[in-house]
Formats: sequence, C-alpha cells, structure tokens
Amino acid sequence: MNNNGKIERHTIAVLIDNEAGALARVVGMFAGRGYNIESLTVAEIDVSEHTSRITVVTSGTPEVLEQIKAQIARVVSVHKVVDWTIDKPGIEREMALIKVAGTGDKRVEALRIADSFRARPVDTTHTSFVFEITGAPSKLDSFIDLMRPLGLVEVSRTGVAAISRGPEAM
Amino acid sequence: MDLEDQKPTPPEITGAEIVIRALKDQGVTHIFGYPGGSVLPIYDALFAANDITHILVRHEQGAVHAAEGYARSTGKPGVVLVTSGPGATNAVTGIADALLDSIPLVVLTGQVPTSLIGTDAFQECDTVGITRPCTKHNWLVKDVNLLARTIHEGFQIATTGRPGPVVIDIPKDIQFKKGRYVDPQRIAHRTYHPKTEPDEATIEAAVALMAGAKRPIFYVGGGVVNAGPEAVKSLRELVALTGFPVTATLMALGAYPASSPNWLGMLGMHGTYEANNTMHDCDVMVCLGARFDDRVTGRLDAFAPHAKKIHLDIDASQINKNVHIDLAIVADAAKAISAMVRVWKEKKYQADRHALTDWWRQIERWREKRSLDFKPSKGTIKPQYAIDRLYELSKGKDVYITTEVGQHQMWAAQRFKFEEPNRLMTSGGLGTMGYGLPAAVGVQTAHPESLVVDIAGEGSVQMTMQEIVTAVQYRLPIKIFILNNNYLGMVRQWQQLLHGSRYSQTSTDTQPDFVKLAEALGAVGLRAEKPEDLDEAIQTMIDTHAPVILDVRVEKFENCYPMIPSGAAHNEMILTDAEEEATEVSDAGKILV
Ligand SMILES: Cc1ncc(C[n+]2csc(CCOP(=O)(O)OP(=O)(O)O)c2C)c(N)n1
Ligand SMILES: [Mg+2]
Repeated sequence: MNNNGKIERHTIAVLIDNEAGALARVVGMFAGRGYNIESLTVAEIDVSEHTSRITVVTSGTPEVLEQIKAQIARVVSVHKVVDWTIDKPGIEREMALIKVAGTGDKRVEALRIADSFRARPVDTTHTSFVFEITGAPSKLDSFIDLMRPLGLVEVSRTGVAAISRGPEAM
Repeated sequence: MDLEDQKPTPPEITGAEIVIRALKDQGVTHIFGYPGGSVLPIYDALFAANDITHILVRHEQGAVHAAEGYARSTGKPGVVLVTSGPGATNAVTGIADALLDSIPLVVLTGQVPTSLIGTDAFQECDTVGITRPCTKHNWLVKDVNLLARTIHEGFQIATTGRPGPVVIDIPKDIQFKKGRYVDPQRIAHRTYHPKTEPDEATIEAAVALMAGAKRPIFYVGGGVVNAGPEAVKSLRELVALTGFPVTATLMALGAYPASSPNWLGMLGMHGTYEANNTMHDCDVMVCLGARFDDRVTGRLDAFAPHAKKIHLDIDASQINKNVHIDLAIVADAAKAISAMVRVWKEKKYQADRHALTDWWRQIERWREKRSLDFKPSKGTIKPQYAIDRLYELSKGKDVYITTEVGQHQMWAAQRFKFEEPNRLMTSGGLGTMGYGLPAAVGVQTAHPESLVVDIAGEGSVQMTMQEIVTAVQYRLPIKIFILNNNYLGMVRQWQQLLHGSRYSQTSTDTQPDFVKLAEALGAVGLRAEKPEDLDEAIQTMIDTHAPVILDVRVEKFENCYPMIPSGAAHNEMILTDAEEEATEVSDAGKILV
C-alpha cells in the first residue's frame, strides 16, 4: 500500500478466548508485523466463558489500521474486534499511580493541582505523595507534565480501558 | 455444552490411542514422521495400527515438505509426527513454508511431560512459542480429555477457510494418560467461522464491472486451486463466457490450461512479457485467490495504474494489504466464481467484443516479443532446452512436477505446460531450497503409479538429498532432474546484475558426483553432458522403476529471463543479457530481495 495517509491513533478492543498464549498471539502479531502498541490492557472478563478482553491503543495510517484489525480478526481464538475510534463511539479511561516527592511550596502546589484534577492521594509521607488519577489518557498526560517540575518520581499507568456508550455490548 | 455429556461414557483409552483413533476418523492413511523419546507412546500405538502407513523420513524438514507435497497433490491435509526439541525445530522450515503457501498440515509434536515443562528439560523447547507466528493456529494439550477435540479442531482449522499448518504439541504424560475420545462431528468451534458465502450484491457489482471492461484480465492465484475442482471448473467456464485473457501466479499454474489461447503465461518477476504488460495496461483486473505478492506486483506505485481492481479472497486480511482494492469479495473461491458465472448468464451480459478484439490485438503484439525464447546451443545443454525435452518426453503421462528454488524453478514454471491444477508442487512464498525432493516423496506416496519429477538445482538438492534414502526404502520411484549449472544460479544472476559480477560464495564447484551418490544411496544415477545425450537420458530416467538422479550438466552462465528488475514496474521488463547490462538498478531497488 502507499501509506501516505495521516497517522491516526485508534483504540481497539479484542474479545479473545482465554486460552494459554492468547495474549501472545495478538501481541506477537503486532511485533512480527511491525505495528505499534501505545498501550495495552488485558484481563479475563468472563470466568465461565473463559473470555478475555484486550484493549490496545495503536497508531498508523488508515490503511495500516485496517490491516491491524484484519490481522487481529484472523487470529483463530479471537471472537470480535471493535475499533472505538470509528466503529462505535466509546468511552476511554485510564488509571495511574503517580509518586511525587518534595517539600515546602512544591508540595503544596502538587496537592493543589491534584485536587483540581480529582487525583486522590492514596499514600502520604512528610516528603511524598502517591496520587491516584483516572481519566482520559490525555488528562493523565497533562497531570504528569504538571507534576514533573514539582518532584515527579515515578509513574505507573494501567493502559486504556474502553467501552461503548449506550445499551449495546461491543 | 458437549453433547457427549448425555451419552453413556465410552471406555477410556490412552492419549496415544486417542491420537491414532482421531487420525483414522479424520481419514488419514499416511503420516510422515520421525520418532524420538517424547513420542514413543504414539509410535507404540502406531505399531498396532495397520491402516495408517508411516513414512520414515531422514530429517524432520523432509517430513513436513513430504506432507506438503502429499497435500498439494491430493487436496487432503498432510500429517506429520515428530518428537520434541530438535524434532520440532527441524520441522519449523516446513511449517513456515506451508503457512506462506496455504497448505493444510496437521503437525503433531511430542513434548516433555507436563511436570517438566519450563525446566529446560532434555529435548524441551517452547514449541508453541516457536511455531506461533508460523502456524495458522497451535495448541499445547495439557488435558487428555481435550486431546481428541483438539486434533479434530486442528483438522478443521487446517483444511477450511484459508488452509494452513497447525501444530498440536502433546506432552508425553498426556500420551500415557487415559481419557475420553470424542468423534469429529461433535466439534463446533467457539470462535472460528470463516466466511465462505459471497455477498450477492458484490458479485453483481463485480460482474457488471467485468462486462463493461475494455482491457480486462484474470489474475489467478493459489486460492483457486485450494478451493478445489469446483473453483477450477467455474474459472474455466467464466473465461469461456467472457473471453478475457488469463494469467496466474506460480501457485496457480494449471488452474487454467496452458494450451488455451487465452493463457498468457505466469506473471511477475519472471513472468511473460505479455502477462505483465497486460496487467500493467488493464482497465479491470479480476484477482481470484491471489495476494498481490511483491514477486507479482513489481513496483507498487506503478502497479496496474489504470485498473479497477476486483479482489476475491477467503482471507479478509489480504484485501487492501499491498494494493488498493475497488471491489472486495471475501468468500470461498468455488462459491464466488460459480456465482459470477451464474450472474453473467442470468443478466445475459456480453463482453465488449470491439474493445476486446483491440485488446487481444495489443496482447498479440506483446506475445510477438516471444519473451521465453532463448539462444539454442549445439555445444552445451541449455537449461531451458532440458525442461522442454522433459516436457515433450513426459507428455501424455500422468506427471507431477516438484521443484527446488532458483533459476531452474522459474524455468520450470515458465516452460512446463500445466493443463491441470495440483500438478506443480513448488515453494512459492518462502522460497525454500530443499523443498522439491521431499515434496516428491510425498507426491509419489499419494500417487504411486504416476511419474513424479523434482526439477532441481545442484545447490538446492544438497539441502535435503538424504530423503533419497526414504524414496529407496518405500520404493517410491521419484526422479530427480538436476539442472546442474555449477552455481547457485539465481543468486549468481543477481550478483551479475547488482554486484558487478562478483560471484561471492555462489560457485558449487565442489559438489558430489551425483551418479555415484545415487548409487551409494540405493538409487539409479544418470548423467547427460551434451545435447545429443539428453533425450536418451531422460527416456531412461522415465522408464526406470526406481528412484533416479539425472545430473544434467547445463550452461553455467545462463540467466533467467524475462525479468522485472527489483524496484521496476511491470512494463519495464528486461528480456536479454544485453538489456540487463544496460539496466541501472536504483538504490531503492537494490535493497529489495
Ligand atoms: C534455504 C534457502 N537458503 C538460501 C536461499 C537463497 N537462494 C535462492 S535461489 C538460490 C540458489 C539455488 O541454487 P540451485 O539450487 O543450484 O538453483 P539454480 O538457481 O542454480 O537453478 C539461493 C541460494 C533459499 N532460497 N533457500
Ligand atoms: Mg545451480
């Protein structure tokens, strides 16, 4: 393909049989074909049905994204593939735990900003906070950027979870 | 849930017995394999099974290629049985080969007992990990009660949709354990449901596009062969109805008869001038079960620039992969092509005779280039001449051809005229040297009375020549027809074109005496050195009811033409050495393989 198109960022959900190696099939395909993974979450969502849900944020030209989805759908143990960015409007959320260390004004400022982002301190010492923050990935990005000059020590992000709006399932 | 639950429980049998029973229930009559510690129980169960013939190869790669040859020439799945560790890793080349050429295989591998998995046990390797990217699907069976189900699923997945290889890894303790057997018909897969029915509206749109075409072409691929005799029959009917020209990929030679006037020859890097120019100038391209491989398309941004492209494939991921498609049909080729035939007739379409006459006139002009011609020689055997003589002298016989990889393979594809599908077994996608000889073993196993010839290069054949012993053991009278040019010819040709004729490591000056080798291995050895010796040698080869190596000493520096140089377009073919010398390959082209 002539991949001259604009690079887009898409969030894709994959419903997959939770057999041994299921995640490796999908992730290995991304690596083997040179596709990008920006974030990835996976967990079993139905114990009796043994199904897992993978949410992957990836980027590429529209042609590449079409290929990515076709290649995922081709994995034998995959039930379904949905692109939240085009197929259905979806809601995306990500959680992060963010450690900030500092004293004096910086410490006060960190707490003030956290409050305005609805980030909760879940661990507090005299010299540090661990904030829990949930939201769209871009909100987490801005929060982390603001914490950087205030003593950012460590970031742990979950990756994106996504679901469609309205009453229907994916 | 499993229907089995409502039935009285059948007696339990061992995992090894389950394997054999499942194979029998799947209609398997031949297995290609090699034993080892972690498959001993299965080999023991096989010992008692009279209705399955096991072919003992001399290297596991050979087992897989033999199974591929068996599968490709019969339309049935090939079955392989190998041990854990090195047995499995030796099989990987064949498995990857089968994936790229969409060959249905069920590969059973032994594994160390479940209690030892992950401990770096003797002959342990992560077989499912290693084969995950080169199988259609694979399993590690950790519960004997899932074994039968998994094997049946394996056959279903290997043979339906886009066919391909599957690997079932069976730990040794599971082979000993007793468990329940389930019949094949009880299996319904949870996630795997390939779409085979074509969408009627899309078929109608495609046929309408075809009916309006002024410069059409059918571009046929291996998918049509894989879809079986129905697809091939419908293709021939569709060509007869429309009068369109037909070209095909290496994997589809024979799907349309080479003797037909509508046949343009193979397309692509070493395709004919007329096939490639017809592709380049067409206004409607009907791609049936092909995948726009880089060997076929040449430079992508100059690929059939004026064409509306229709693409039929059972694998949705092939649509728009390399080339933008205007009309996609995701379906089984037999169903889709027969639907095209039906719609064409129902709507009483007529091809545009006027335009088509002009188009054929143009195609005739390209044909007049006679791009497959070569300079005959009185003194040396030209490789092209050797293939022509093999074709003439085997004409009328029930012939199957396999090939190795290199110039000889391309000459075979260009010159041997295939009238029926499943008659050419060749490694197209992976391009595996060493494929042809073991593949011939598999073909001859399936067709004991037929003439099976491996058109080989002296380089390739050295990769798997130990399988001659297999042929001797099972009295498989395969013929190994070596076009011995003293070089890794195809690589040498590229060195000549791209690397200033510096023939780095491509001479095969040191090579076995193939006549003595044949004798040492229990086969018959023949040699032809002069054109006047060739016919007699070929005739003796054909008439000998034993495995034969015929060492044909051919012109060393013959190049394979016509050729689309790397990075060039379909209409930029070179036809002769003189043009090759004048051709500057771009830096971008040099990077391509
Ligand atoms: C396993 C493997 N290794 C390397 C190659 C690269 N290769 C392609 S063609 C070729 C030369 C084959 O030589 P030969 O069998 O003598 O055939 P010829 O081209 O001379 O007809 C080589 C080395 C390959 N295709 N497969
Ligand atoms: Mg050679």
